[in-house]
Amino acid sequence: MNLTLHIWRQKNRDDKGGFVTYPMEGVNEHMSFLEMLDVLNERLIEKGEEPVAFDSDCREGICGVCGLIINGVAHGPEKKTATCQLHMRHFRDGDVIRIEPWRSRAFPVIKDLVVDRGVFDKIIHAGGFISVNTGSAPEANQTQVPKLYADLSMDAAECIGCGACVAQCPNGAAQLFTAAKISHLGYLPQGQPERYRRAVRMVAVMEENFGNCTNFGECEAACPKGISIDFIARMNRDFLKAKLTG
Amino acid sequence: MKLDAKIPAGPLADKWTRHKFDLKLVNPANKRKFEIIMVGTGLGGAAGAASLAEMGYNVKAFCYQDSPRRAHSIAAQGGINAAKNYQNDGDSIYRLFYDTIKGGDFRSREANVYRLAEVSVNIIDQCVAQGVPFARDYGGLLDNRSFGGAQVSRTFYARGQTGQQLLLGAYQALARQIGAGKVQMYPKTEMLDLVVVDGRARGIVTRDLTTGKIESHSADAVVLATGGYANVFYLSTNAKGCNTTAIWRAHRRGALFANPCFTQIHPTCIPVSGDYQSKLTLMSESLRNDGRIWVPKAKGETRAAGDIPEGERDYYLERKYPAFGNLVPRDIASRAAKEVCDDGRGVGPGGRGVYLDFSDAIQRLGRQAIVERYGNLFEMYERITGENPYEVPMRIYPALHYTMGGLWVDYNLMSNLDGLFVIGEANFSDHGGNRLGASALMQGLADGYFVLPYTIGDYLARHMGEKPLPTDHPGFKAVEKETHDRMEKLLSVNGSRTVDSFHRELGLLCWEFCGMSREQTGLEEALRKIPALHEQYWKDVKVLGGNDELNQSLEKAGRVADFFELAELMCHDALDRKESCGTHLRLESVTPEGEALRNDDDYTYVAAWEFSGTGKPPTLHKEPLVFENVELTQRSYK
Repeated sequence: MNLTLHIWRQKNRDDKGGFVTYPMEGVNEHMSFLEMLDVLNERLIEKGEEPVAFDSDCREGICGVCGLIINGVAHGPEKKTATCQLHMRHFRDGDVIRIEPWRSRAFPVIKDLVVDRGVFDKIIHAGGFISVNTGSAPEANQTQVPKLYADLSMDAAECIGCGACVAQCPNGAAQLFTAAKISHLGYLPQGQPERYRRAVRMVAVMEENFGNCTNFGECEAACPKGISIDFIARMNRDFLKAKLTG
Repeated sequence: MKLDAKIPAGPLADKWTRHKFDLKLVNPANKRKFEIIMVGTGLGGAAGAASLAEMGYNVKAFCYQDSPRRAHSIAAQGGINAAKNYQNDGDSIYRLFYDTIKGGDFRSREANVYRLAEVSVNIIDQCVAQGVPFARDYGGLLDNRSFGGAQVSRTFYARGQTGQQLLLGAYQALARQIGAGKVQMYPKTEMLDLVVVDGRARGIVTRDLTTGKIESHSADAVVLATGGYANVFYLSTNAKGCNTTAIWRAHRRGALFANPCFTQIHPTCIPVSGDYQSKLTLMSESLRNDGRIWVPKAKGETRAAGDIPEGERDYYLERKYPAFGNLVPRDIASRAAKEVCDDGRGVGPGGRGVYLDFSDAIQRLGRQAIVERYGNLFEMYERITGENPYEVPMRIYPALHYTMGGLWVDYNLMSNLDGLFVIGEANFSDHGGNRLGASALMQGLADGYFVLPYTIGDYLARHMGEKPLPTDHPGFKAVEKETHDRMEKLLSVNGSRTVDSFHRELGLLCWEFCGMSREQTGLEEALRKIPALHEQYWKDVKVLGGNDELNQSLEKAGRVADFFELAELMCHDALDRKESCGTHLRLESVTPEGEALRNDDDYTYVAAWEFSGTGKPPTLHKEPLVFENVELTQRSYK
């Protein structure tokens, strides 16, 4: 199939950037979206033009580094699908595709489609862990964890940290990302001792760097792992309880 | 050069305990005085960096990704082995040890493997305490599944994302130390060379991938946890960025490279769909628990899978290996798939695929049970292929997945260079000629959490009172200049071919001549073709852009240059080892049934290669493998 791509090109953080149009011929429906961009880049290099910079690594939807706004939607048109897992069979001959980087003040563009998401790590540094030094763990089966809670914890833990939730949110809020980690650890007995302290600390860093949540729900819709916004309610309860009880 | 593996004396089961007592200690106040560099922050690196920082050491950690949470350990699906014997099915440390030694076709060290099995139980405790949400049964206790190469259920798992959850556990432990200021983290920073002064590793030279800045970092010890080199084949299940540069540069600086030809081909990957293919996707081996592998009995079958009656299907693994059936080790399953496809019975486009069929399991257990066990894998398969595996069987084919070879290390995980430690997939130590499923996560975490923190202390204690070299030392300056010049050189060639086009061609050469089967004439041909292509690379590669900015082509160009040299070494090693063992199948050495035939009299050794200079053949050093506890047998899974 033949496509027309409008791709955001931006030399560096300070450059203003803009769209450049590339006709893209001979796209195979079995290609992944990123493989289509690989082919474009090979053609550009052969013509002596600089290739389009974009992030990708595992290309199996788990490392969370890829992420493009495709026709206005984070990770493109398929539900619960990271950009690297999106295949060209979901497009049609003659389609015009607009490709942009994550748009958020918290994620500055480094070059073309590559953004800096370092601030996500800062939220985790603030408290997204259970404090247990190597060697001091009790026997693994000593504490039983009801299957329901283990499963809920896992539902939240599936977050890949891609940032689509922030990119899609009209407010640029990071509630879903933060809530997923707070819930992952908060559902488990091991996570109880630090549960409220964790919520307060992580939320503080989140609020310093990101916009506010006004319940649009765009984050859940954009999430390639289908993380539920119920976790945000849970985070809010933990946070409120921590604040009220000191 | 005399290779001393420093394996402690005494009975197998006591070696590690005794050794831990014999190791020198660094007292808590002195730990603060040492600096350690950790390169790579996957399972091994993040676990190691976090553990060392918790003990009080100052750690500088580096990764090429934008966050340690993205390391490729994250993609491991199926699980992690541990000898907990929770299932009461006869597992023990000794059995895990034995399965691993046998699975590796008797080409690994007894003492290392025993230690791995021994600490496996601590890993599970540690991970659970960190909040890794392992699968549980309704009683709230940990669940296990079975896995290839074993007849007990000892694999712990978190849906189909065990690697992700274990990595996040280690990443969170690391994040805690970063927050506490004990680890200084350098994301988007790639190690491009090792600095060795007077035979001792003193630091590294890195490139900031965002600004291009070349910088030196000095420390009391350097740890490489940079993973494997399967991407030498271009198409593999590794992440696009996985590369050999860190260990290859260390090799060029004097570190020995052991068993480079031991590269694992995973039996259950999604087949190649076209020449634009950028990587291959693994379908967890755990699928073989419930899926049945088959091909049509007739060559050139054109009917859809569902239209082929039961009697006309060949469940070839169940037929050939009744005891293990679909759960034979990876090397055997891969070769069997190649065999039936070579026989013209492969399925799918190009005939390079076999069916992995879940219809029996869905009938037996119900669809819901299958969703719970493999839901995310089925979704992934459908996204990539457009086919629904609940309705039609999956199509799978072997692909490069893991490299057992790596830098040579002794029992303390230190290379032959003083002060250079190597952990996880980057070293060669535990898997011999073939790695069993669910053992990579185990080894990465064992090395990082429970081995390195002890052994590195012994090395540091011997250097108490010494200071790291200043980074303006001539040793650092010289390497910085070399690194800078190499980048400039790559940019200045301005030839006609892209980096990827060279990499693809190199990958095809490796796959053809040093892939699932190898023979003398092919390897000799590869040893002519690879250097020729390498030479052409430096004359005709085209890398655009500058050195002082984010330049992904330049990053790739440096990595591919190193892959060329590694590919050559891999072929030298494969040529030297005239026996078949594990994944290394020499067509000259097979049993009458076509299985791998070892030659224990001549090849019971670790092949540790020394770099002898660019363009010169490498020098082989042999570390004999001594088996005091297990009897070397022809592997049989029948």
